[in-house]
Amino acid sequence: MTDYALEVKNLSMHYDTLDGNVDAVKNISFNVKSGESFGLVGESGCGKTSVAMTLLQLQPENSVISEGSIKVDGNELIGLSENELRKIRWDSISIVFQGAMNAWNPVIKVGEQIREAMREHNPESSKKENIEKINELFKMVGLDESIADRFPHELSGGMKQRAVIALALSCDPKIVIADEPTTALDVVIQDQILNEIKKVQELLGLSLIYISHDIAVIAEMTDKIAVMYAGSIVEIGPTKSVFESPKHSYTRALLDSTPSIHGEKKKLSSLDGEPPSLINVINGCSFSPRCPTPTSGCRDQTIEMGLKQVGDDHYADKCCSECV
Amino acid sequence: MENQEFENDLKAKFKKNWRLFKQSKLGMTGLAIVIFFAFLAILQPLLFLTNIWDEATYHPVVGYDAEQISRTVVQCPDEYPTEKYDTKDDCPRLDEVNIRYLKAFGIDAEVGDSYLSNVQPAPPSSRHLLGTDSLGRDIFSQLMEGSQVAFLLGLISAIIGVGISTLLGTAAAFYGGKLDTYLMRQSDLVLMLPSLPFLFIISAFAELKVWHLAVVLGTLGGLGGSVITIKSQALQVKVKPFVDSARITGGSKRRIMFSHILPNVAPLALLYMVFSVTGAIASESVLSFLGLLNIDMSWGIMIYLSQTEGFIFTGLKYWWLIIPAGLAVTLLAGGFYLVGRGLDDVFNPRLRRR
Amino acid sequence: MSENILEVQNLIKHFEVSNSVFSRNKKIVKAVDGISFDIKAGETLGLVGQSGCGKTTTARSLCLLDPKTSGKVNFYNPTSKSMESIDSISEEGMRIFRRNMQMIFQDPYESLNPRWTIKDIIKEPLDIHNIGSFSDREEAVVEILRTVGLTPPENYLARYPHEISGGQRQRVSIARALVMKPKFVVCDEPTSMLDVSIRISIMDLMINLANDLDVSYLYITHDLAVARYMCDRIAVMYNGKIVELANTEELLQNPVHPYTKRLISSIPVPDPTYKREVYEITQNDLDSISNLSDNKNDLYDIGNNHYVATHKIEGLL
Repeated sequence: MTDYALEVKNLSMHYDTLDGNVDAVKNISFNVKSGESFGLVGESGCGKTSVAMTLLQLQPENSVISEGSIKVDGNELIGLSENELRKIRWDSISIVFQGAMNAWNPVIKVGEQIREAMREHNPESSKKENIEKINELFKMVGLDESIADRFPHELSGGMKQRAVIALALSCDPKIVIADEPTTALDVVIQDQILNEIKKVQELLGLSLIYISHDIAVIAEMTDKIAVMYAGSIVEIGPTKSVFESPKHSYTRALLDSTPSIHGEKKKLSSLDGEPPSLINVINGCSFSPRCPTPTSGCRDQTIEMGLKQVGDDHYADKCCSECV
Repeated sequence: MENQEFENDLKAKFKKNWRLFKQSKLGMTGLAIVIFFAFLAILQPLLFLTNIWDEATYHPVVGYDAEQISRTVVQCPDEYPTEKYDTKDDCPRLDEVNIRYLKAFGIDAEVGDSYLSNVQPAPPSSRHLLGTDSLGRDIFSQLMEGSQVAFLLGLISAIIGVGISTLLGTAAAFYGGKLDTYLMRQSDLVLMLPSLPFLFIISAFAELKVWHLAVVLGTLGGLGGSVITIKSQALQVKVKPFVDSARITGGSKRRIMFSHILPNVAPLALLYMVFSVTGAIASESVLSFLGLLNIDMSWGIMIYLSQTEGFIFTGLKYWWLIIPAGLAVTLLAGGFYLVGRGLDDVFNPRLRRR
Repeated sequence: MSENILEVQNLIKHFEVSNSVFSRNKKIVKAVDGISFDIKAGETLGLVGQSGCGKTTTARSLCLLDPKTSGKVNFYNPTSKSMESIDSISEEGMRIFRRNMQMIFQDPYESLNPRWTIKDIIKEPLDIHNIGSFSDREEAVVEILRTVGLTPPENYLARYPHEISGGQRQRVSIARALVMKPKFVVCDEPTSMLDVSIRISIMDLMINLANDLDVSYLYITHDLAVARYMCDRIAVMYNGKIVELANTEELLQNPVHPYTKRLISSIPVPDPTYKREVYEITQNDLDSISNLSDNKNDLYDIGNNHYVATHKIEGLL
């Protein structure tokens, strides 16, 4: 119900290219409660960044949303005009991009860039109010006030990333999407930033959508996750439940191929082949060519796709839930 | 089996590049223009070979054809304006001939007689699509000859220029140090040189025919700014891991430069080749216009002749002596440039797909 | 009987950086500041650290891509069966060195020449060193393609790098590095740009090849978990110095240096029920690591093949 900060239903999106239609997002549905942390896991090409862009309606020109609905706080986003969207972006839902460290304008001071966003959404607030707000945000993410007066090239990678998070929070959004925010950072800095994000989320009661290919980070940061492969969600459920008893072969493969420094040194397994081309869509399960335990139905590709419940609020693709 | 796969792959690569090129409207327009003029260049010898045109009439340099029209002999008055004529230039009209002119050539005639004379230059007619020049030569044929010259000149000078600049640019990037410094200063010098005056000077010392001009233009172009651009591209390639890999394995400097760096710089060099054709065609027309070249016929020569014979300032009266040649230079030079822009989209590294 | 393949003593690599275009002041960046280590035959040593710690610079210095500032590097010459110093090496010795030392790079997209076929790429080392006849070389290429799992090899010989996937490209890099059966391969984060699900297959391949061909690896990575999977011993680097060096499991179970402890405790764990406690150290502590004696990186033996750099933090030694 309107308990949900974000409701995504049956979202499908493809790119119109010279080579044909690239089905980037296939029938995605998920909900995020207020204050909940939701993770989107998958490898390159699975569609998670496409989903992120679509949530903000920032998808590129040659993309077509063929069906589905995105509701932020009960309000439908698809079909809104650009002007209406601009009011919603950053105000209700904002994003920390992948490589956002490089998204700063090099000739404008950091504080000024954040104020630019604030002026756009709160034209009535005074400069003094904005500066105070920025100082508050910086404190929250562990930055010194003086950073606002610096240029982006004067800051380290970790500082820039923290500033990006401050920027994403500057207009008090209720939902923040974080698309691989710590990928290029050192492990030590990453740890610090992940802590800041958790702190801020608790403090402000934000809903967080965390997108990553790093299983370990997802395990630590999220309450609920969805595993994506070739544009669809193959498994979705509470983080603990999915990690404890993964039902989909792909989820299991992901977990089995992640080395860890703790516990027994176990033999890890790996997947053959590579993620499928999203242009030549095959019927049935797109994971079946690489699945280590396909059933006859998977191989024939006659399986009807769809999520089936396998646990408490835990769903997985029909094909795998049947062969486990 | 291996060769077949290699060929298949080449075809596939070409098809993909062609598709990308097709997307560029500029490129396709340019290509259409270039193909048109190439067609013209090939057409002329074909017409001669198949005897559709006979050389006596249609040869661009030594052909001769003239129409004869009957003109009335008049006596141009000494003072103007009169009833018939406003100014001195109006007499004689196109269908009249001045008796004084005939008497100067020892031709006996009287006012009112009909006089058969040759029309040179003749306006476009069914026999001469673009008319003839003052020596009775077919303009269309000259245009096609000029097209051959333009292509020859353009392509030869481009190949020479590109060859030189690629070698020098790659060497500068690869060896660095003193060689690099020298080559960069040399490029600066060549860049600073005003190219046309320099060409004037050269033409004073040597008789420049098409081939000579091609070599000169090619060398000048090759030593200039393109060396710097190629060098920067070569530098980018030099720091790529596969070059490191070759160095670690123990590859010689020659091997790395020729087998690794050069092939990766070549597409860019090709691009510049297309652009430099533009400059070559334009330079030729300017030099010919100034009478500095020893070429029998080219577009530049066509305009040069119009000028020396005083037809340039007659406005549109003798348009076929000026406009076709001028238009041809502009179109073909521009056409190559547009093709270059289209190729830019294909070869530009930023479109590299991951 | 495992002898050393490589001995590094006090390796120093400094870069000069000028402060601005006009200033004459040159700042010296001490990328690698006096590190020492040995690698035995058939062993995999991991060099772990965050970006900027000097691990890639070390790799490049060892492979002679960038000349070292100072220090001794001795490598094992299989012909003369003795350790020879890089500095006093003959031309013949250099050739032997090049044959026995290779490198695998991080970026599968940039480490293969896009204009060369796979066959030429893998064959090049053999061509450079004039090994065998032409047909021998072709056979060797086919053989190594099979070994790295690119089968059937005929399918790959005439292809170009852009036609195969990232994982396959890394296999080609590995094939090229191993076609001459070198004694030592430097691996600069070869799996960090690959998809998670195929990393293991590449790492397993490298482990198998190491065993079959008796190759030593210097495995560079920022990911301790990967280092655990691949390496027999691990050296932790920070700011140009090695701060700790020990057998893998020993390092992970009993880390001694504060930086190592901090590093280990910062790594996220793929288990939602695990409560991770971060070992905090202050910036001061980090600074004092870099302010250890310049140009020297003394390691102290604390037993069990476990070495630590000196440190002023109390409670250590």
